[in-house]
Amino acid sequence: MTAGGANPEVLLIDDEVQIRRLLRLTLEAAGYRVREAENGALGLNEAAVARPDAVILDLSLPDLSGLDVLRRLREWSQLPVLILSVRGGEADKIAALDAGADDYLTKPFGGGELLARMRVLLRRAQPASELSVVRFADVEVDFAKRTVTKDGTDLHLTAKEYALLRLLLQHRGKVVTHRQLLRDLWGPTHEQDTHYLRVHMANLRKKLETTPDQPAFLKTESGIGYRFAAGD
Amino acid sequence: MPDLRPDPDALLASLKREERRARRGQLKVFFGMSPGVGKTYAMLRAAQQELREGVDLVVGIVETHGRAETEALLAGLPVIPRKEIAHRDIKLTEMDLEAILARRPRLVLVDEFAHTNAPGSRHPKRYQDVVELLDAGIDVFTTLNVQHLESRADAVRQITGVTVHETVPDSVFELADQIELVDLTPEALRERLAEGKVYLADRAAAAADAFFKDTNLTALRELALRFVAERVDKRLRELRGASPLKTIWRSGERLLVAVGPSPSSTQLVRWTRRMAAAQGAAWIAVSVESSRPVEGEAQRRLEKNLALARELGAEVVVTHDDDVAGALVRVALQQNATQIVVGKSRSPRWRDALRGGNLVDQLLRQSGPIDIYVVPAERAAEKPVAWLDWRPAEASPGREYGEVLAVLAGLTFASWFIVPFAGYLSVGLLYLLAVVALSLRVGRGPVLAAGVVSALTWNFLFIPPIFTFVIGKFEDGVMFGTYFIVALIAGQLTARIRAQERHERRREDRATALFRLTQALSAARTLDDAVFAALRQSDALFAAQSALLLGDGGAGLTPHFAGSFTLTEKERGVADWAWRNRRKAGRFTDTLPSAEGLYLPLVREDAAVGVLVVRVAPDAALSLAQRDLAESFATQLALVVEREQLRAAGEREKLLDESEKLHRALLDGVSHELKTPLAVLDAAVENLATADEATRSVLAGEIRTATRRLNRLVNNLLDQTRLESGALRPRLDWCDAHDLLNAALDGVRESLADHPFESALPADLPLFRADAALTEQVIANLLLNAALHTPAGTPIFLAAGVDLARSRIFFTVADRGPGLPAAMRERLFQKFQRGDAARAGGLGLGLSIIRGFVAAQGGEVVAGENPGGGAVFTVYLPFTPHGKVPTE
Repeated sequence: MTAGGANPEVLLIDDEVQIRRLLRLTLEAAGYRVREAENGALGLNEAAVARPDAVILDLSLPDLSGLDVLRRLREWSQLPVLILSVRGGEADKIAALDAGADDYLTKPFGGGELLARMRVLLRRAQPASELSVVRFADVEVDFAKRTVTKDGTDLHLTAKEYALLRLLLQHRGKVVTHRQLLRDLWGPTHEQDTHYLRVHMANLRKKLETTPDQPAFLKTESGIGYRFAAGD
Repeated sequence: MPDLRPDPDALLASLKREERRARRGQLKVFFGMSPGVGKTYAMLRAAQQELREGVDLVVGIVETHGRAETEALLAGLPVIPRKEIAHRDIKLTEMDLEAILARRPRLVLVDEFAHTNAPGSRHPKRYQDVVELLDAGIDVFTTLNVQHLESRADAVRQITGVTVHETVPDSVFELADQIELVDLTPEALRERLAEGKVYLADRAAAAADAFFKDTNLTALRELALRFVAERVDKRLRELRGASPLKTIWRSGERLLVAVGPSPSSTQLVRWTRRMAAAQGAAWIAVSVESSRPVEGEAQRRLEKNLALARELGAEVVVTHDDDVAGALVRVALQQNATQIVVGKSRSPRWRDALRGGNLVDQLLRQSGPIDIYVVPAERAAEKPVAWLDWRPAEASPGREYGEVLAVLAGLTFASWFIVPFAGYLSVGLLYLLAVVALSLRVGRGPVLAAGVVSALTWNFLFIPPIFTFVIGKFEDGVMFGTYFIVALIAGQLTARIRAQERHERRREDRATALFRLTQALSAARTLDDAVFAALRQSDALFAAQSALLLGDGGAGLTPHFAGSFTLTEKERGVADWAWRNRRKAGRFTDTLPSAEGLYLPLVREDAAVGVLVVRVAPDAALSLAQRDLAESFATQLALVVEREQLRAAGEREKLLDESEKLHRALLDGVSHELKTPLAVLDAAVENLATADEATRSVLAGEIRTATRRLNRLVNNLLDQTRLESGALRPRLDWCDAHDLLNAALDGVRESLADHPFESALPADLPLFRADAALTEQVIANLLLNAALHTPAGTPIFLAAGVDLARSRIFFTVADRGPGLPAAMRERLFQKFQRGDAARAGGLGLGLSIIRGFVAAQGGEVVAGENPGGGAVFTVYLPFTPHGKVPTE
């Protein structure tokens, strides 16, 4: 957190004044401080000058593309970025996520959803690897001991399943793209082999989820990746 | 440069005809080869269809002849009562023309176009009634047999021996705007005849047996088919309008020359050409192929002669008949030839006498009004066709000889025991019986062998003195001689009958093949469909591989994808030659005969639109008849290609019209669909400020509903635009059906709230490759559709599975709603089609998008009936199992 104190500051980069106004309303009501920028160049400038705690970035901007803004931002900053996109723009979303965006929202979206994402994003600012034990429902994952238990009994996970689970938990609440997962688990030559992921994910769900067909935690983001749904 | 400008008079006539047509009623003729093929039936079926479409029609006159099927169709059609005409003592009934004219329907059914009216009617002929109806602007359906056409009546009399009195002039028939050919195979017709389904007037009954012979029917059928094909051709020429006939013949004369394999035929062809030129007449070269195949050198000479004729401007006709004279006269009548040119026969007089006269004598007897020219040959005349040809027409297999020997051996053995009781003369009769019986089973060679062997055996073993070939008594000598001759005649007759049969069969096959082709071509909706159908038929018919190359605007030839083989560079060269020179080339021809395939140009008047290639195995050959048929195929294909080109030109006009209509529909639909939720939002927001707490939450709900609706609408419009702009590029990825369903359900949960929902996905459903986002949306849209179009409370089901046999995975969404009306199902997947029972809302884009998304991924979506009520939509996507997944 910045020195500003308890209230985190969010930078909105969007060219639509009405969207900015509405987002400001929602965010301020939830206790955030809000800055606005109406194009990419101004947004980058604001980010450098004001050092906000998070950025909400629209992918279609009048001057630079949202993706360019993100890349330039990532050259010097790791601050959390939430992408706004439209349906059908899956390819753009994936490109943005792979370029370092932390999460995305598809327009139109509800205020509640936005705030939930923001909470996750800001919590994520604390390094997740420091957590040694994660609990959800009746499952407990102990990173130090590398054990997973469900309802008190030890679960035997294969090395890949464990790695997959750990990766999602490290980014919990946030979407991780297929590419990121495949690259981390199998190496860059397997970035297209999504069936590896599907098969291992199905096995993992069978072991962890109460209803594997309708997973409560290990969520699929159609065509994009997976997300560990943070219960809290 | 010949003048190829359209003849102004012809153009004017064509324009006038158009003009007349504009004011006139439309005439549709249901055309058939003979009574009993079901013309009236077809007409009534068509009328029922018109009636359903709300056309104001009446039945002027229809003869059901008491047939139940026909009468059932007549039921429900308004009938104008017939008029009674008293003629001497009998009362006749005729169509009441005055009543129809007074009633002025859109369409009237008039059976039996060629009918002669009772004396005292307004017109002597029914077709004159029809002309009056057409002039009054009333559409007419009528029926006609080929034999009632004036130009074909002679040909029919030639074929059947029946003289037709009631004929319709061709000029009247030309008024027809549409001809529907009602076709039936001769077997089927004979079956109907046997079942008593064909009505025959009393005076016709006597001639009926002769008339309905299979051979006659085949010939009539061919006549009818050819007539319709020719007419289509002619109409096309008219349609083309701007491109005139290449040659306009000065006189009505048409010469026909008989071409054979002999060198003298070459002179004959040249002579005829000179004669035709002198008379300014068209000419036809005819080759009559008999059942005995022409081979080797003779075959090549024949083809050369025909090629020469073609080169000199003749129309070449190859026909098949053992009776050369009969065939020439038949073709002459069909083609309206006025003069027949033949070579002078040089065969010995005694042989001519035995054959019932030489070719010229036979022609003179049969030709009627046609002039016969006999041209003397300068050199050796053609090798005469032997009267008694001992060479078997088709080699009989050794098996048949074995059969003959076995029968005779058995009979001889048995006779050995019979002869003491019955005497050797009876044995002779038994042998004769055996030979005649054998002639029913085996070919000519074996029969003749049986005659000789049995005669000799009989003589040697049974005629006293036995064990010698000596015949003691004079009576025995006569007996033996007679026996021998009878056996020979039996053999000869058999051969003839068989040849005739084979010949009929081949002719029938050809007619059938042509009919199938025309049928397939007319059923084809696109050029590609037509080409595909034609090539597959050609493959099957000639046991060959076929390909088609189409000209692309003059620059070159492009192979059509439906071809069953690819041409090498060298073969392409042959195709190119055939195309540029508009002449056939390749194997079996004079040009580039070393090529692998036979190349037939698709010739339309002044240009070749493409080339048909037929390639048979190197050791196989195509008979002349097959090549003739292949050429007919090429002609038909050329027609189709041209039809397509003309249609495309017309289509562009129509398309502009259509797109304008579509735009209007879109504009109307979109403005309504957008404005409704906007109005709701506007009103709700206005009230929001002043509303109390309770109302406010109601208003918030309304706003939410309206925005959802707007969102859905905009998404659909965007998706449709993406589909149409071709911007949709599916990103294929391995998908898990459970994931997709969950994601889809997330989007439509609220809409499904009013319906019990049940999904049955097998737990072990394998992964499949698809675009996850598109497929998710497809499922969501199907569920949403089911929810919107069925009453609240009715269940919705979703199932999925893999069809390994056809390598596809399927998703099924079923409901218990009102189901899909059959009429609706066809246009279901088109843009802007809204369910009739649809609630307000929706542009009718949902299913169109679903189909687009599924098709983009190589799948298909099918709508059907849910057994027990409701609709079922099934989405099929291609399925291949994924590769191995490393366990670690």
